Amino acid sequence: MFENLSKKLFGKSLWIYHCNTGACNGCDIEILNVLTPYYDVERFGMKLVASPRHADVMLLSGAVTRPTLPLVKKAYEALPSPKLVFGIGSCATGGGCWFDTYNVNGGAAGVVPVDYYIPGCPPRPESIIYGVALALGIVDKQVAPIEMKQMEFPIDVYERNKAWEERNVIYELLK
Amino acid sequence: MWLTSKIKQVLMVIKPGVVTLNYPYVKRPTPENFRGSPHWDHEKCIGCGGCANHCPARTILVRDLCQEIRQMVYDGSRCTYCGRCADVCPEDAITMTDKYELATDDRKDLNESMELFMLTCKRCGRCYDMETRNKIDRMDIQGYRYDNIEARAFIRKTTDRFDEDMLKSTENFKRPEKIGE
Repeated sequence: MFENLSKKLFGKSLWIYHCNTGACNGCDIEILNVLTPYYDVERFGMKLVASPRHADVMLLSGAVTRPTLPLVKKAYEALPSPKLVFGIGSCATGGGCWFDTYNVNGGAAGVVPVDYYIPGCPPRPESIIYGVALALGIVDKQVAPIEMKQMEFPIDVYERNKAWEERNVIYELLK
Repeated sequence: MWLTSKIKQVLMVIKPGVVTLNYPYVKRPTPENFRGSPHWDHEKCIGCGGCANHCPARTILVRDLCQEIRQMVYDGSRCTYCGRCADVCPEDAITMTDKYELATDDRKDLNESMELFMLTCKRCGRCYDMETRNKIDRMDIQGYRYDNIEARAFIRKTTDRFDEDMLKSTENFKRPEKIGE
């Protein structure tokens, strides 16, 4: 439903405002890389703008540090609605290595509502394009939570494997 | 003058032609030694917790639910894909796949959890004591571990024997309040 809505609302063009909230510049360089002719996200009608008031989409990169927190909130409020927020990089998604340090808010999710996460440290330009395409409804989501469980007690498995390995021993003795 | 320079530019651009990748429709193979998201093999894993000890972002959490069952959770949302877990794994149970298309609208999609049976001594019924002789036990934190998985909190406290009070006390663990806001 959200995909259809975003297709309808932003189908023609998304104007992007890039907001660095304490990133190490890795993600910022990858975002700029996406705008170069090689990857060229302008195929989808995207354009980097300087002011949040012109933008539809905010790209957040970096774990939101304490000094940038009020500024991020201000920039988010300055975006005209409807607005989308992309968290780019591991820091914006979950806080990265700094998820529980005193100076960091542990990712963008606790500060502003984030619609799409693009993990990676830094994410490849291709995975940023993938996230954009996901938001536009061009591609499907590829990740899902995985739960694994051992159903049998491994001792039994071990003994069974051992019996299977030694199944021919009796014939060798008879030879 | 500017016209000649523009013509020159156009000629320069014609030479390489179109270089733009048609990415979301046509995929390009990943380079060799590319590290994407890590993946567990629950059949190979022995539950030593070495990956949890060595993860710089503390993405892997270990919680002993009882004497024999150990729950391990990988929270991919803050993973930096450094590959240390795959390096340190004694059984090669963790492999770095070449998956990088991880964009999602829900952080829970990146999680991977695993429940393991831990072997106990056939004579005394315990797992093993905290010893410093074998390679696994020399890896930082030893013994039974009680990380809180809901709060994604790493608890640096372990016990020699399984302790139910410890399990209960870490159930509702809360991070200390942050400065400011």
